[in-house]
Amino acid sequence: MNINATLLAQLIMFALFVWFCMKFVWTPIVAALDERKKQIADGLADAERAKQDLELASRRSAEILREAKEKAGEIIGNSEKRASEIVEESKTQAKVEGERIIAGAKAEIDQEVFRAKEQLRTQVSAIALAGAGKILGREIDAKAHNDLLDKLVAEI
Amino acid sequence: MAHAATEVAHEAAHTSGDYIKHHLQNLTYGQLPDGTWGVAHSAAEAKAMGFWALNLDTFIMSLLLGAIFLFVFRRVATTIVTGTPGSLQNFCEWAIEFVDTSVRGSFSSKNNMVAPLALTIFFWVFMMNLMDLIPIDWVPLLMSSLGVPFFKVVPSTDPNATFGMAIGVFLLVLYYSVKMKGLGGFMGELTLQPFGKWGMPVNFLLEGVNLIAKPISLALRLFGNMYAGEMIFILIALMGGAWAGFSLGGVTLFGSQILLSLGWAIFHILIVTLQAFIFMTLTVVYLDMAHQEHH
Repeated sequence: MNINATLLAQLIMFALFVWFCMKFVWTPIVAALDERKKQIADGLADAERAKQDLELASRRSAEILREAKEKAGEIIGNSEKRASEIVEESKTQAKVEGERIIAGAKAEIDQEVFRAKEQLRTQVSAIALAGAGKILGREIDAKAHNDLLDKLVAEI
Repeated sequence: MAHAATEVAHEAAHTSGDYIKHHLQNLTYGQLPDGTWGVAHSAAEAKAMGFWALNLDTFIMSLLLGAIFLFVFRRVATTIVTGTPGSLQNFCEWAIEFVDTSVRGSFSSKNNMVAPLALTIFFWVFMMNLMDLIPIDWVPLLMSSLGVPFFKVVPSTDPNATFGMAIGVFLLVLYYSVKMKGLGGFMGELTLQPFGKWGMPVNFLLEGVNLIAKPISLALRLFGNMYAGEMIFILIALMGGAWAGFSLGGVTLFGSQILLSLGWAIFHILIVTLQAFIFMTLTVVYLDMAHQEHH
């Protein structure tokens, strides 16, 4: 139990141990602990942000859905209106067209009648002339004459 | 342990006094009376070696224990992961956070050296103290069978070890006192209070004692506690040594030795840890005082 040079040896050993501990033990371990602390903090912050993002996104999606519904309703309303307009329009158009066609047909009929009358008149006069010719050429044959006249009348 | 004590006490036909002295003698290496260098074989020889001698048992045990502590922590430090830690890494992290928390609690300045210093002190002292729980006759018996005359296995029962550390702490206190306050500031602190400049000699005496008391109390507290604990283990071991046959008294002594050494060992676990913690905490507190200006 004497005080001797062991004292110095222990002092030096102590200093070396502390130096080693500070340089090669404490620093890397504390660095790793700080790193982990940072990772955990980052993770929590990320989770928080993700939660906020999710809420934002769901709010936004609800908004979009609502807008889409509104727009769809509007489009359907518009198209219904347009459809009834088209039906109405085509009805009017069909009526006008029908009237036009009817008028054209009437005009054509009139023309045909006129043309037929004209033709008839020409033919009657030709027949009359032919009849007259025949009468003049063959003297008067009452019987034949009557025949012709009957024919003429029938033709007219 | 009782049996071993019995053997030592009887085979060597030692008296109780010899047994105790044998257990309290360090293995000292130095210059022998005949001028050669070697290991002292008696307390008188060890004393005659003077200052330039080395207590091999203290030196080897403390080096070994410190190396084990640093090896384990260094291994963890090289393989450390920031993800899920293994159980050893977990233990080391817990130890570091524990030391870091208590340093933060009592050290208010900023110094990167203090926390690793505290960690080293705590674990080194703790492991040195823990050697006290090895049954006291095992190691000396093993060593004497190898031809080594003495072997004290608890380095902290050697004042050289405790004073070595305490002086290390004291040098740091002086260094930081001068560094933080300047030489003048430090000298002023020593001489200008508590009685002002006219009471300089008294001030110096008071503050000087105060300053010197720090390393001395630090070293003697640890040494005293561990030495006393060791002594009680030795005395308990002597009870079994008194067993000489299957008499009622002999069996009673034998049984009491087992019970008492068990009880004392369990209680000693507390002292072992507490003394390591006290050494660490006081070191941190002294260094904190060295960093702060007095008013």
